[in-house]
Amino acid sequence: MTEASGGRRGALPSGVSHFRELGVRLREHDYLADEGLSTAIFLSLKLGRPLFLEGEAGVGKTEVAKVLSRILETPLIRLQCYEGIDVYQAVYEWDYARQLLHIRAAEAFGGEDRERVERDLYDREFLVSRPLLQALEHRGPMPPVLLIDEVDRSDDEFEAFLLEILSDFAVTIPELGTVMAERPPVAILTSNRTREVHDALKRRCLYHYIEHPSFEREVEIVRLRVPDAEERLARQVAAATEKMRTMDLYKPPGVAETLDWTEALVALGARELDEQLVEATLGSVLKYREDQQRAANAGLAALVSGLGRDA
Amino acid sequence: MPEGEIEPPPMLDAAVAFGRVLRGGGLRVGTDRLVEFARAIEQMDPSRRDDVYWSGRITLTSRPEDIEVYDRAFELFWETGGAAKPKPRPKVRLSVPQPDRSVMPPKKTVEKSETGQEAVRLRYSPVEVLRHKDFALYSPEEFAELQRLLADLRLSGALRKSRRLEPAPRGRHDPRRTLRGAMRTGGEAVRHRFRKARVQPRRVVLLCDVSGSMAPYSRALLRFLHASVVSGGRLEAFSIGTRLTRITRELTTRDPDRALRQTAGAVRDIAGGTRLGDAIKDFVDRWGQRGMARGAVVVIFSDGWDRGDVSVLAEQMQRLSRLAYRVVWVNPLKAAPGYKPLAAGMAAALPHVDVFLSGHNFESLEELARAVAAATERGV
Repeated sequence: MTEASGGRRGALPSGVSHFRELGVRLREHDYLADEGLSTAIFLSLKLGRPLFLEGEAGVGKTEVAKVLSRILETPLIRLQCYEGIDVYQAVYEWDYARQLLHIRAAEAFGGEDRERVERDLYDREFLVSRPLLQALEHRGPMPPVLLIDEVDRSDDEFEAFLLEILSDFAVTIPELGTVMAERPPVAILTSNRTREVHDALKRRCLYHYIEHPSFEREVEIVRLRVPDAEERLARQVAAATEKMRTMDLYKPPGVAETLDWTEALVALGARELDEQLVEATLGSVLKYREDQQRAANAGLAALVSGLGRDA
Repeated sequence: MPEGEIEPPPMLDAAVAFGRVLRGGGLRVGTDRLVEFARAIEQMDPSRRDDVYWSGRITLTSRPEDIEVYDRAFELFWETGGAAKPKPRPKVRLSVPQPDRSVMPPKKTVEKSETGQEAVRLRYSPVEVLRHKDFALYSPEEFAELQRLLADLRLSGALRKSRRLEPAPRGRHDPRRTLRGAMRTGGEAVRHRFRKARVQPRRVVLLCDVSGSMAPYSRALLRFLHASVVSGGRLEAFSIGTRLTRITRELTTRDPDRALRQTAGAVRDIAGGTRLGDAIKDFVDRWGQRGMARGAVVVIFSDGWDRGDVSVLAEQMQRLSRLAYRVVWVNPLKAAPGYKPLAAGMAAALPHVDVFLSGHNFESLEELARAVAAATERGV
């Protein structure tokens, strides 16, 4: 492991030199990652490469960035993408109102030469930094975690721009010069696949597709994230959502829904799942009317009965 | 694999050899990715199967569809001792489907026009005649001619407001450009600038039925799809039959014949049956609902023969029509005199279709292009 590339660029938490150790750290911070995901995060940190995460909604893509920022004790900088997002919303914007005021003030007090006014006008103090610039300007013992959420919602032009930033970790502001990251931020990109993100962008990144967790893992996640839920309830909920995922629904429940559901049940004081409770709380796990109907047709009782996996 | 038994091979060589197997399976892996893979393995334990598996999957795949190919290739290469001494050219090649000849129109039609006098006459048929001629009656020469006609046909979605802003005489105030102007006039904002939302074409999604009953038309329609995809713009193409296949990538190759061969290779259910409802459901589940169909113009090329459950089709069409801006259905049979949508699938789908067209000849494709660009009136 003397590869030069691994040294300076990497941003592994201290004391972590193997993906299993990273898995343990993630777990200490309430995030359960399987071997594939731990390896992906480990390599991304070690090699200093952006990590591109895809998967169904609610499998915990965004959560990865949040937990990493806690583990690395470094700020999380989030850029939520949307259609039409451009450089001014993602990188920087001049504060025009203040600039105009500055000109007027200079005029009012007189005497100052035009050139100087103009130079001052494009001073750093008039620059408003947006998430990407914030990530590049960050200085500290650890690089920040940069979450570029739902890249698939942005458009081609913005993607091309991201590609540039993720290659050089630098951005040029014509009036000021180039801002370069001291160390490349830990970049996490997520996509829900509403469209195919360009290959060139993906090539810059390591890629991992997050699947729904296995039954045992999901029970563990529920226990970890909703500590008030009793073991029995957690197993019943996980078994029921697992069944729902095989029901050919428009939106099969993700881990996020499992957690929402468990929280709803715990709020109602449930210690065990029964048909009435499922009916009362179905809206927290299935969010399409058609899906709720499908589950009802299959029989809500079936979701709770025969939970052979009871502890 | 007991530890210490295998001496870790020079990783880059192994990676490059593995890369060849992956490419054979249709995965796009560039040298940059292979170098990345080799570097990743060095951070892991090269003698441990799972470490190699994950290092490769994380660095060499980039789509969920890649994973299946990757898994097969991995098994072939690393688990048959390939890792110990990487062969420059692995003997076992992953199955690359042979181009399927059935994209061609049924033999009968081709032979008739190839041998008969008709073909000679038609070879010189003026463009005007060709425009009205039914695709099912085309000779090979006429397909070549069609290619030229298609090159001029642009398929571009109806316009919609984008969230990007562009300069405009009036609209929202634009402080950036106002300030720039002010600098030129000594700090006085003499002229205020404005900007407004740019308009851009909607995404167009083409779903082309390639089942047996559509065979006389698939060839021409696939060419149409190809011409539309290479002309650029926001366009996605899928084939539907017993299953759904995304063919946008295959169709991006400029040369039409190569593109069609690649497409035929990717589509495994050409000239098979149709399960329209299931295929459309598959589309909405995997692509449409996530965003591809939202606000888009969706065009379905099909004769509406559905071997599956028609109620599934009705339900899925309703779902699709809720997502899409407009749903256009193109049915080559519609051109027949006295046509009535008797095919159960067609009848079930029609209530959820905004524009119903024929698409059996070039002229009707022109009509389609107009409908896609306008797509403002409901029903036709």
